Amino acid sequence: MEQLSLFDASPRWTVTDLTRHLRQLLEGDTALQGVWVQGEISNLSRPSSGHIYFTLKDSSASLRCVMWKTEAVRLRVGLQDGMAIEVHGNLGIYEIAGQYQLYADSLRPLGEGALFQEFLRLKAMLEADGLFDVTRKRLIPNSPRRIGIVTSPTGAALRDMLNTLRRRMPLADVTLAPVPVQGDEAPPAIQAALRNLNRIIVPDVILLARGGGSIEDLWAFNDERVVRAVSESQVPVITGVGHETDFTLADFAADLRAPTPTAAAELASSITVMELRQTLEELARILGGSMGVLFERQHNLLEGFQSGLRFYSPIRRVQTERQRLDELNRRGNTTQAYRLELTAARLKGLENRLTALSPLAVLQRGYAVVTKNKRIVTSKAQVQDGDALRVRLRDGEFDARVSGDG
Amino acid sequence: MAKNEPKPIDGLTYEEAFAKLETIVAALETGDRPLEESMTLFERGQALTKRCAELLDKAELKVQVLVGESLEDFKENP
Repeated sequence: MEQLSLFDASPRWTVTDLTRHLRQLLEGDTALQGVWVQGEISNLSRPSSGHIYFTLKDSSASLRCVMWKTEAVRLRVGLQDGMAIEVHGNLGIYEIAGQYQLYADSLRPLGEGALFQEFLRLKAMLEADGLFDVTRKRLIPNSPRRIGIVTSPTGAALRDMLNTLRRRMPLADVTLAPVPVQGDEAPPAIQAALRNLNRIIVPDVILLARGGGSIEDLWAFNDERVVRAVSESQVPVITGVGHETDFTLADFAADLRAPTPTAAAELASSITVMELRQTLEELARILGGSMGVLFERQHNLLEGFQSGLRFYSPIRRVQTERQRLDELNRRGNTTQAYRLELTAARLKGLENRLTALSPLAVLQRGYAVVTKNKRIVTSKAQVQDGDALRVRLRDGEFDARVSGDG
Repeated sequence: MAKNEPKPIDGLTYEEAFAKLETIVAALETGDRPLEESMTLFERGQALTKRCAELLDKAELKVQVLVGESLEDFKENP
């Protein structure tokens, strides 16, 4: 072994300086910052601090990884040893342990990257088919009464939706088409459920929903069969899949996308029972008011009629007629009296003339009327000796007897 | 307006009762109906209001489950 010279010019480091230097090298290398690293989880540790420690390894190497609590709480995948994942983060050095490691800021099950590529491919294809066209979107009825729900019968999503509907619109009739919402059997089941609701029930709106999960959990909602079934539904479809940040292809095909199952149920009950009650009260008020108005109008009409009636009343005519009658009476009486007077005068004249013509008047002048058996004797031939006669003079009558004929 | 026999009011759904109530209120608001007809309409309107309020008060979400081609009552897991 060669003797080291006392004047050796080799650089000298303290451990701290060296480690710091290495750290700066790693952290300054853009190829080692913001990288994805694939591997399998081992030595997973989640102490109470909330940070996550694990080793990422493959067949021939291993890499220490740490994820701080601030990122760890946002994780939606459950981690376990042996799980194949992709980790995103920056390479650095833990100086105390002299250990380089990956400071992870997010991770996903291995294959999600491939899934995302598949998502983009399917999205482009279905988009080209026009399945996501805005013009295809149907209007959501604002007060649907018959609501179809396609979801898992055991999930929290169903419970949340039913509670929301119960609170906001208990008049609704809900038909659940139960389906598995993940796994290979989910897409054909969801497709069949959508078709059956359209064919058998024909509700006013369909809620297609699922609670939160990983992108793999939600993958059924990116399945082409499901997306096409949503698009083909005659009944408007509201999707509520996963969380606010999750977008599935079913969301794009739906007539309305809600961020969560609960929000989907809210969108299906945009008019609540409270609002119905208010509208009803308003209508009842108008109904009552209309009757008041009606009565007032009728009252006014009646008053009008009444004065009309007074004007045209037969009583008034009777009074008029009575007056006219009096008048006529008066005038009639005068005429009558005049007529009577006239008649009386004429009578008197006739009487005078009669008197003048009366045979009795002749008697005044000394003539006599002789009658035999009440018949006037005007000829000597009418009497014989011994006949009884009656003689009438001016002032009376007496009997006589014929003695000797002339 | 009623060509066919009016349905008994307690057999009407909320939507049916409410739609009829709206028609009646509109008819009464124009005020061109004879008084007697208006009275009849008003009484029917009151009955419809009562029906609607009852339906709102009693409303309970009905949940059924589609099993094959038929509907069954749905029992929620507590």
